[in-house]
Amino acid sequence: MRGITKRFHGVSALQNVNLTVYPGEVHALMGENGAGKSTLMKILAGAYIADDGEIYINGHLLKITDPGTARQAGINLIYQELNVAPNLTVVENMFMGSELRRGQLLDRDGMERKAQQVLDDLGASFAPRDLVSTLSIAEQQVVEIARALKDNSRILVMDEPTAALSDRETERLFEVIHKLRNDGIAIIYISHRMEEVYALANRVSVLRDGQYIGSLNRDEISAERLVQMMVGRPMQDFYEHQRQTNPGAVVLEVSNISDGRKVQPTNLTLHAGEIVGLAGLVGAGRTELSRLIFGADPKVSGEVVLNGKTLEIHSPGDAIAAGIGYVPEDRKDQGLFLEMTSGKNIILNMLKQDSRAGVINWSSVSKIARDAVEDFSIRLANLEIRAMDLSGGNQQKLLLARWLAIKPRVLLLDEPTRGVDIGAKSEIYRIVSDLAQQGVAILMVSSELPEVVGLSDRVLVMREGQLVGELGGSTGTDITQENIMAYATGASEVAAL
Amino acid sequence: MSQTESRPLQEKTSDRAPSRQRKPANNWLQIAGILPILVLICVLFSLLTPNFPTPGNAVNILRQASINIVLATGMTFVILTGGIDLSVGSILGVSAVVGVLVSLIPALSWAAVPAALLTGLLIGLVNGALIAFLDLPPFIVTLGGLTALRGVAYLVANGTTVLNRDLNFAWIGNNYLGPFPWLVVIALLTVLASWFVLRQTVLGVQIYAVGGNQRAARLTGIKVDRVLLFVYGVSGLLAGLAGVMSSSRLYSATGLLGNGYELDAIAAVILGGTSFTGGIGTIPGTLLGALIIAVLNNGLTLLNMSYFWQLVVKGLVIIVAVTIDRLRRRGGR
Repeated sequence: MRGITKRFHGVSALQNVNLTVYPGEVHALMGENGAGKSTLMKILAGAYIADDGEIYINGHLLKITDPGTARQAGINLIYQELNVAPNLTVVENMFMGSELRRGQLLDRDGMERKAQQVLDDLGASFAPRDLVSTLSIAEQQVVEIARALKDNSRILVMDEPTAALSDRETERLFEVIHKLRNDGIAIIYISHRMEEVYALANRVSVLRDGQYIGSLNRDEISAERLVQMMVGRPMQDFYEHQRQTNPGAVVLEVSNISDGRKVQPTNLTLHAGEIVGLAGLVGAGRTELSRLIFGADPKVSGEVVLNGKTLEIHSPGDAIAAGIGYVPEDRKDQGLFLEMTSGKNIILNMLKQDSRAGVINWSSVSKIARDAVEDFSIRLANLEIRAMDLSGGNQQKLLLARWLAIKPRVLLLDEPTRGVDIGAKSEIYRIVSDLAQQGVAILMVSSELPEVVGLSDRVLVMREGQLVGELGGSTGTDITQENIMAYATGASEVAAL
Repeated sequence: MSQTESRPLQEKTSDRAPSRQRKPANNWLQIAGILPILVLICVLFSLLTPNFPTPGNAVNILRQASINIVLATGMTFVILTGGIDLSVGSILGVSAVVGVLVSLIPALSWAAVPAALLTGLLIGLVNGALIAFLDLPPFIVTLGGLTALRGVAYLVANGTTVLNRDLNFAWIGNNYLGPFPWLVVIALLTVLASWFVLRQTVLGVQIYAVGGNQRAARLTGIKVDRVLLFVYGVSGLLAGLAGVMSSSRLYSATGLLGNGYELDAIAAVILGGTSFTGGIGTIPGTLLGALIIAVLNNGLTLLNMSYFWQLVVKGLVIIVAVTIDRLRRRGGR
């Protein structure tokens, strides 16, 4: 792949990226969240079309215009989320869209024979006629691999294939990958996990902010170098946050909280006036952890203590009543009421306090909304504008305003500046920083390292459902992008071995 | 803010951004809704038959519309949350039969109306509980209710017509308050009360919130379960009220009463601009929708159009209604 460039709505996702992959190698592709790994692979597989650049397969220029041409060229992508139809059999899944026929009829026997052969090659333990829904996640992944192989795939792209697998299943998958590699297939392997890269990769390439940073051969791979290549984004347009070295009293104490799935039993403490960054890679369980604290998902264990009082949180309503606010990561899907007016979006949380016998006092409530608009410099012509007509930054401020209207003591922010332009970003940073100064304890989930580093008084790092590191505060470890990535990818553990 | 909710938007956007050119037209559709269509239909019928534009006929239309207005008002609550209540016609039947039966018991005849209302409310709450707590799809729950409750209505009526010539609440269906039949007064009071709830209360805003974005509603601490329970309860209660109204006019009730009424109610709500996906809609819109259906029924009958053709026209109106709904939403996004 040479000079691949891709822009989304004018924002460039990939700039002039080159990538060379040889047959019979496992080529790991690494980078931070949003570095452009998945975009690059989707271009290779024909799911996106590059704005610029060329793709050569075996030395021949290939115009990949849709997933069909990619598949014909022997390129198959296995997405992070499995693409299998659970109610169909293994055979039906494997041949979906490319069914073998005898005349006008399906050649079921032929498909089954071929499927059996591919499955045997992979050493699969299930039969072609099994229902996919009866298979484990790992086996379903093998179905996807088998689907790719039956087309004589030459390039197989796997996007974080182990994200949903147990250790045993991962081992099985690695065996399959080794086997494929020995058969001369090129495998591009996207992963965040350092130990997997060590175990599998012949070469590693790193992307950062849509740019190709460089490649390392197997003998050059070191956790330290990879982390260095992945981070190092400059701090730009940053609000100057005075780092708080002397936090107030403990406000929130969470102990042993777990959902039994994605969050292992976890303890954390928030102090008044403190901004705690919760860093980690996508899927590390950060969102799940904050939702657990907020009562949005049921927890199987754990205790939440606010100002020394144990809270019974069974629903978001309980958390809100106690003074905990939560700004979700996907504002359109989980935060805003797009069809409602901006004013109503702001005052939604305080209607109850400001009503008598359930009847809303609109004049008092809309005054609150007007004040909030002014405080947060939300740019809108008037309060009647529907939320859907606002820009991303203004929508985000709207959500913050909604929570601040109830004067929370703890505020959980999940990716507070995702999809927000730079100007609005620094305004949001100012708001968050001001809040902390007023004594609100803030837990901020963020995938943007510069943001975490720039705004946090203390940083917690999650990996695979566990808090694996703490930076700043009294720990003595500096809050740097490198240190965060070292914990997030597990490089710190690999290095310690 | 409350009284002039939508007007400032129009004024200010027009001089603000040219990029939102589509909005004024879009809003006009939402606010004025189908009032122009109602006026147009009325003018058309007035030209076609002199019997249409008379005060007597106007009262007639209102009376014919009253039961559907009550049902459609309840349905508006439900559809605003993104749900549907197919069982209202059958609830009407059960409640009506229960009401007349109770009125036949001398010692309990006073309790006839409360019994009918309570029947409707309870059935509605059962619907709501199944939908809110067991997370069943509203369509399925109320479709089951539609069939099962129709059977219950026949069973309670013992397959016959339950008649009470001295029905103690017959005044509801046959007497007047000034120039207006009580049926019309009750329907309009229902509309007013519902409008107040949706517009001026916390619960009203929460209903819109649940329909607009259920996930977000949950995360803002809204007890979504209770909101759902409430809307289906209201729908059931108002179906019970409609049952009282129907039976009082007829001095009787049968298991067949209210058959198919749910469709007219849904049509009125959708005609009134309420979005099938929830979150958007108003009670005045529903009132207009119900009036359009009543005017069509009345006018087409006055024109001596055959019942078969009336069905065709009414069906087409429902399709037009959904088309309007689609076009409006496409304009909004």
